[in-house]
Amino acid sequence: MKFETPAAQNPIDQLKVIGKPADRIDGKFKTTGTAPYAYERHDVAADQAYGFIVGAAIAKGRISRVDAAEAKRAPGVIAVVTTLDMPRLGRGRMNAAYLFGGADVQHYHQAIAIVVAETFEQARFAASLLRVDYARAQGRYDLAEESKRAELKGEDTDEGTSAPPLQRTGDFEAAFAAVPVKLDAEYTTPDQSHAMMEPHSSLAVWEGDRLTLWTSNQMINWGKGDLAKTLGIPEQSVRLISPYVGGGFGGKLFVRSDAALAALGAKAARRPVKVALTRPIMANNTTHRPATIQRIRIGATPEGKIRAIAHESTSGNLPDGKLETAVSQTRLLYGGANRMTSMRLALLDLPEGNSMRAPGEAPGLMALEIAMDEMAEKLHMDPVEFRIMNDTQVDPENPQRPFSYRNLVGCLRLGAERFGWSRRDPTPAMTRDGQWMIGMGVAGGFRNNLLTKSAARVAIDKAGIVTVTTDMTDIGTGSYTIIAQTAAEMLGVPLDHVRVLLGDSNSPISSGSGGQWGGNNSTAGVYAACVKLREAIAQNLGFNERDVLFADGQVRSGNRALSLAEAAGDPGLSAEDGIEYGDLGKKYQQSTFAGHFVEVGVDVATGEIRVRRMLAVCSAGRILNPKTARSQVIGAMTMGVGAALMEELAVDKRLGFFVNHDLASYEVPVHADIPHQEVIFLDEVDPMSSPMKAKGVGELGLCGVGAAVANAVYNATGVRVRDYPITLDKLIERLPEIV
Amino acid sequence: MKPFTYERASSAADAADKAGRAPGSKFIAGGTNLLDLMKLQIEAPNHLIDINGLDLDKIESMPDGGLRIGALVRNTDLAADMRVRRDYAMLSRALLAGASGQLRNKATTAGNLLQRTRCPYFYDTNMPCNKRQPGSGCSAIGGYTRQLGVVGVSDACIATHPSDMAVAMRALDATVETVRADKSSRAVPIAEFHRLPGDTPHIETVLEPGELITAVTLPKAIGGKQYYRKVRDRASYAFALVSIAAVVQPDGSGRVAVGGIAHKPWRIEAAETNMLRGAKPVAEQLLADARPTRANAFKLPLVERTLAAVLAEART
Repeated sequence: MKFETPAAQNPIDQLKVIGKPADRIDGKFKTTGTAPYAYERHDVAADQAYGFIVGAAIAKGRISRVDAAEAKRAPGVIAVVTTLDMPRLGRGRMNAAYLFGGADVQHYHQAIAIVVAETFEQARFAASLLRVDYARAQGRYDLAEESKRAELKGEDTDEGTSAPPLQRTGDFEAAFAAVPVKLDAEYTTPDQSHAMMEPHSSLAVWEGDRLTLWTSNQMINWGKGDLAKTLGIPEQSVRLISPYVGGGFGGKLFVRSDAALAALGAKAARRPVKVALTRPIMANNTTHRPATIQRIRIGATPEGKIRAIAHESTSGNLPDGKLETAVSQTRLLYGGANRMTSMRLALLDLPEGNSMRAPGEAPGLMALEIAMDEMAEKLHMDPVEFRIMNDTQVDPENPQRPFSYRNLVGCLRLGAERFGWSRRDPTPAMTRDGQWMIGMGVAGGFRNNLLTKSAARVAIDKAGIVTVTTDMTDIGTGSYTIIAQTAAEMLGVPLDHVRVLLGDSNSPISSGSGGQWGGNNSTAGVYAACVKLREAIAQNLGFNERDVLFADGQVRSGNRALSLAEAAGDPGLSAEDGIEYGDLGKKYQQSTFAGHFVEVGVDVATGEIRVRRMLAVCSAGRILNPKTARSQVIGAMTMGVGAALMEELAVDKRLGFFVNHDLASYEVPVHADIPHQEVIFLDEVDPMSSPMKAKGVGELGLCGVGAAVANAVYNATGVRVRDYPITLDKLIERLPEIV
Repeated sequence: MKPFTYERASSAADAADKAGRAPGSKFIAGGTNLLDLMKLQIEAPNHLIDINGLDLDKIESMPDGGLRIGALVRNTDLAADMRVRRDYAMLSRALLAGASGQLRNKATTAGNLLQRTRCPYFYDTNMPCNKRQPGSGCSAIGGYTRQLGVVGVSDACIATHPSDMAVAMRALDATVETVRADKSSRAVPIAEFHRLPGDTPHIETVLEPGELITAVTLPKAIGGKQYYRKVRDRASYAFALVSIAAVVQPDGSGRVAVGGIAHKPWRIEAAETNMLRGAKPVAEQLLADARPTRANAFKLPLVERTLAAVLAEART
């Protein structure tokens, strides 16, 4: 089905099942430990052996020798494959660093061997017996230093954020020089780790030249292609199965070393082999969100109208790596006739930087939305009002191009009302509650809505049970549930009559899960397949397609009615289709919006920062399931607190690695850090986005949260911190005397 | 994890005797730290002597009014003991500020004292570390040091001791009772139990090979208001940036021990004579020989400010 004109009235609008807070279908399996993850698939192949990956001990250089003799003699060892046993593997389209093969080391903990043994413990012990000789080379590990040599570069990421190397609208410099109120400030965000619960893991089974990989991956079709390319085998020879994913956050968009080395280990061992990355190598072996250095200049009239806005960002990566597109939201979020954005890539020899939840916008808004707070203060304006005054309903770089639907103003106004924003003292450091200095902060949230094709097969059996099959993944987001809701709505059956089969590359190709596109696109694909199935049923029964009704488990037309089971008949019925998009995404800017409000307390003695209240108001099209959507948003808000207050991969600039590479030292929020979180979804639909009239929401919940926290800390203390994370050491010298 | 043999001890003396006869062996109790370190092969014992079955899990009131805490008393049980809560409140608070409920259910009193540092370079076996591999060098110095020690440090090591419990015990003048491989026993004041790193950071306590902790004793309760204030980046389940264990008496005198800043719980009794003059002179004396890095220099004002907040609260 090609979606080329705005969605008209359709069966989804009935909202009998869609829009209801249905419980997650997979929830009971996950909470009872009965959802089998890749590493737990003891059932799918006999004789499974365990692989253990060894990471490079240096950040850059060459491996001159690997002595595996002792490791091979260790108890239980079946095979040892080292990186010197083969030339460099191929490289997937989505990868920057090579996963394995050859003598070159590109980054710390890059995989250099897999040891396969009868038990995990045997494999791990034998791995410690490998003797590796390295020739260390000089590397570049300091972003601030390398940024001096960084060159302009554009980026159009697979996660949907983009910006050219340099984008100019109007005359920024002249306008900035002319306005009376201006800000010119630099902000930094650190490298961050996805730190998902389930480590990357894979079980590889070869049958002749055909490889089946049970794995944990967000994007089955990307993964299938990239694994084939990495291993140098035809794509048709690879099958990926990933029905349950224990968190990804972008870290599992791509094929990683667990997949490649499980396959190589299984080949060498002539046995099925499973591999999970151990926590201490995850931060350096896989990908991370790259650190940024951002400069923002904003110039406004005394009344608060932005006349000039510029956002420049530098991030680092391996030479073939991507930029962090931290300026992309600044092209669209606020008005102003004179604009400039630019991005630079510094070359670093740290592990590969790549997508992490809301790449671009998450760190971009952490900077931009502090800058907006600083400007509001300079203007003596309320920061909510300052944002509202500079709202735009059109693409500011191209004013002929409107937003499909935009209600940032509504988010901010309702949020301010519900949060009690009027009680905030605009003068910092004025509000106390015992030992706590109290502050409130606000930020705008923004994340693009991405349209990408997605297919599914929908079948009805003779019992009237509907089965939806697609290679879509559920990474904890609720895909199973909203897909079932979509099919139930379209075919007029109760939710428990729908079975959803996900995450198998033998199934129709979906959007996959990333860039907050999974919800809208995968359900739109299911919608398309359901429309086709409805047509087939109507045709079969000789019903007029126009007046056929699917409701209460029946197909009706005029005074004729059949149960769906009867309509399917003994052989059952099935249809496959997908959604494809025309140019509505080009004609209209499609984005999602939020107002984030945060209250913090800062301990006046120690500078410890604790969040007291949070509210997100979201404008994100139709909400398909308010329960799963809320879960997405509160999870994202939690991640935003982590980004604001604690998350930082600490770079050792001498040795070139992320030092705090476990969950004791890379801190993410714990329950005690997260207070009551409130989420409000504005009641709206966006007919430009898809027949579902929905948009993404899973990343919107993160976008802006960090800055709202930062602004609240400023309001509490009067100390403006522009370098994340905001930790007490950055406040302590400027807190009041303790007597 | 290196393969190892395993046996259970039948008594404390038997455990010490077994350990004395098995070089490279380790005692295991809760295992909350040792097992993690074994998985990473930072600890690689060839033999484990399990002491969990020993009769060392009682908390006894002593004739002199003190308390004798068996080596195997779990952190959860110690924190919940009514006598501890009433007479040694800072100890209860310190325990509850550490780790998580699950870990405290397993972790023992003796094991807590013997925790190894959380220096991230100690934890990465690719990195030189004098504590892990004597003589290999310290990769933390000049590297990522935000969490690390500021006082009592050496050119060989700037690691900190991670325990909360031990800081409170230091302020309470606890004594560590042990039995040695030759079956003799001794009592070591906690002030002398942990060592500064010096040139031998791999030797962290005065325990001899095979020596087993059997109990920790607390002297008669000293009253006063008792505090354990732990400062950290997140609200729970994090090691202290700085912690303060303090007793403040009605006349304003008291005791202070500091965690998170040194290779051992940090206390200088002479500094406490300044308690009546406020936090500043106490902190100055405690930190007089501090050698912070640029990244952890914040711990100096943080100690003073946290102590000031504790003293202010004691006045109310």
